[in-house]
Amino acid sequence: MNYPVVKGAAYALIQANGMLFYQGTTQTQERRKNGVSEHLEKLPDHLRSFEEAVSYAPNQVYIGNLNPDELKGIPRPWFQHPVPDAQRDGRFGEIMPEDEFIGLMKIVDAFDLVILEESFQVRVKEKLAVHPFLKGIKDFEKINKNPGNQADIYKLTASDSAQPIYFDGQLVGCVKKAHEFDESLSHHVMFENLVGKASAVFALKLLMAKTGLNPEEVDYIIECSEEACGDMNQRGGGNFAKAIGEMCGCLNATGSDTRSFCAGPAHALVEAAALTQSGIYKNVVVLAGGASAKLGMNSKDHIKKGLPALEDMLGAFAIHIGENDGVSPVIRTDAIGRHKIGSGASPQAVMTAIVADPLDKIGYRITDIDRYAPEMQNPEITEPAGAGDVPLANYKMIGALGVKRGEIVRADLLKAVKSFGMPGFAPTQGHVPSGVPFIGYARKMIMEDNITRAMIVGKGSLFLGRLTNLFDGVSLIIEKNTGVIDTGFNKEEVRGMIAEALRDLAKSLASPAKR
Amino acid sequence: MLKGKKVAILGDRDGIPGPAIEECVKSAGSEIVFSTTECFV
Amino acid sequence: MDLENQARIKELAEKYGKDDLIVVLGGAEAEASGLAAETVATGDPTFAGPLSGVSLGLKAYHMFELKDQVDSEVYEEQVGMMEMVLNVDEIIEEVKTYRK
Repeated sequence: MNYPVVKGAAYALIQANGMLFYQGTTQTQERRKNGVSEHLEKLPDHLRSFEEAVSYAPNQVYIGNLNPDELKGIPRPWFQHPVPDAQRDGRFGEIMPEDEFIGLMKIVDAFDLVILEESFQVRVKEKLAVHPFLKGIKDFEKINKNPGNQADIYKLTASDSAQPIYFDGQLVGCVKKAHEFDESLSHHVMFENLVGKASAVFALKLLMAKTGLNPEEVDYIIECSEEACGDMNQRGGGNFAKAIGEMCGCLNATGSDTRSFCAGPAHALVEAAALTQSGIYKNVVVLAGGASAKLGMNSKDHIKKGLPALEDMLGAFAIHIGENDGVSPVIRTDAIGRHKIGSGASPQAVMTAIVADPLDKIGYRITDIDRYAPEMQNPEITEPAGAGDVPLANYKMIGALGVKRGEIVRADLLKAVKSFGMPGFAPTQGHVPSGVPFIGYARKMIMEDNITRAMIVGKGSLFLGRLTNLFDGVSLIIEKNTGVIDTGFNKEEVRGMIAEALRDLAKSLASPAKR
Repeated sequence: MLKGKKVAILGDRDGIPGPAIEECVKSAGSEIVFSTTECFV
Repeated sequence: MDLENQARIKELAEKYGKDDLIVVLGGAEAEASGLAAETVATGDPTFAGPLSGVSLGLKAYHMFELKDQVDSEVYEEQVGMMEMVLNVDEIIEEVKTYRK
């Protein structure tokens, strides 16, 4: 059997303080409720500079400049221990400042909804014009066109016709509503969708720049964020995937959107694996942009505890799944884990379905997996908010499952957790932390023979949509490539067929001819 | 303490989710009047 | 604690009264569980939701505290593994303080 392979992965972060303050739901709710809010008054003092965000160790891990194990050696709190000489450019990705990203939002806007103030637009254009690969992006010239003036922008936002865009505390632009009455095309929805589109475009362009993927070789794109695009007659009709591919020159690709809250990317990877293994497509890209709504989601707790507003990063990623090349790590499509409708909601039922059942299918034990990548949320963000250390809790659950199965001695539980676990390093952007941030490293570590296999685990809270109380989860195992490519020609089988034919011939020669 | 009581459940996605608590308190003879699961991530 | 949930708990407390209604928590961590227990007992200390300044006087228990009252097989199946994962003693200690 030819398994599909992970050919490359790219990761993008965008620091977005203006969006945190004006579009993050914790802040928008606070603004709606209280004219004067203590939280909103204190928040600006807790925003980080771009340099602080770049030198923040978890961010350096996310873009590939530090490996997750190196994070263990950096003392907490990480925000007080910046990485020396940290760069915005990384092995797998890049960290972008908000002003450049706002410019990118205008470039990817196909309906002239983004208006930027003239002097800001000129400044941003100068910055993007020297960006190594964004300077050549389709429709770059849009950043030269239709500037706005501050008075008009203010009027549009004050009259509820547009969502404001702030940079460095200044109103520098807006996203207009795309329809007078349609709530699905409101300025709020259009803002979030353009953020999602622009950040995913950035991640896909990074994938091409970092791995040499030729855009015209992409056959299919699966977008797996948590946003919905459509109008009032088909809210969530789609299609982010093609809109993103169009911006990146994927002329031969089609695509569609897959959703399952934070488990979306894991579902999308399974779909991509199936599409390539079946031969339907040769090259599939799984990608997602970031969520402005989640910026500063737990900032009230962070501020109360004197921390910076650490949820200031939009996250995005793009992963290339292709046909077996004999080199890249394979996805074991014979051992996909899934939380079934009937699996149950208890943590052990969920973990059994996602982690233990697929291992049983191929005769592996919990300890045969070198690294697990469950939800890789940065604990420095989640602990002050009362959610604990999410990856560590997942590792303990996996270890406890091993104890229950008799594969790990109870006294060794923490040792096992240490051996297959890693500190969380991903921003709390929902779908972004869910297993996928480790794929770049998993590929590298497997190809450098540091590990043999890793399990990627995505989990999703379906109950947030208020249609079901069900939970969700999907897992997949990434493993070292044996280097043997199945060409469809099986020598043994052919030998057997020839032998059988010769036997039949001998028999017919030996028996007397019938008349 | 649980028997015969009305119970409101505030589960946690990363702790013990609502439906798991529901099963437990049902077995103790309580009536569930509300059950939810919170998510911080 | 989620604002919508605060509203629901408030409604339920008005309907059933504090003697009949108890709250069962599943929090992953001591502080957050304590915060929820405090919110339903004496009001939202963060002054964010409908329970700000509202003292419902409800008693809240973490699921871990109710182990003895639950069918042991059901408990083991639904919660057992989380005893190995979460800090049980710390959570119980914290939640308890808000019932005094």
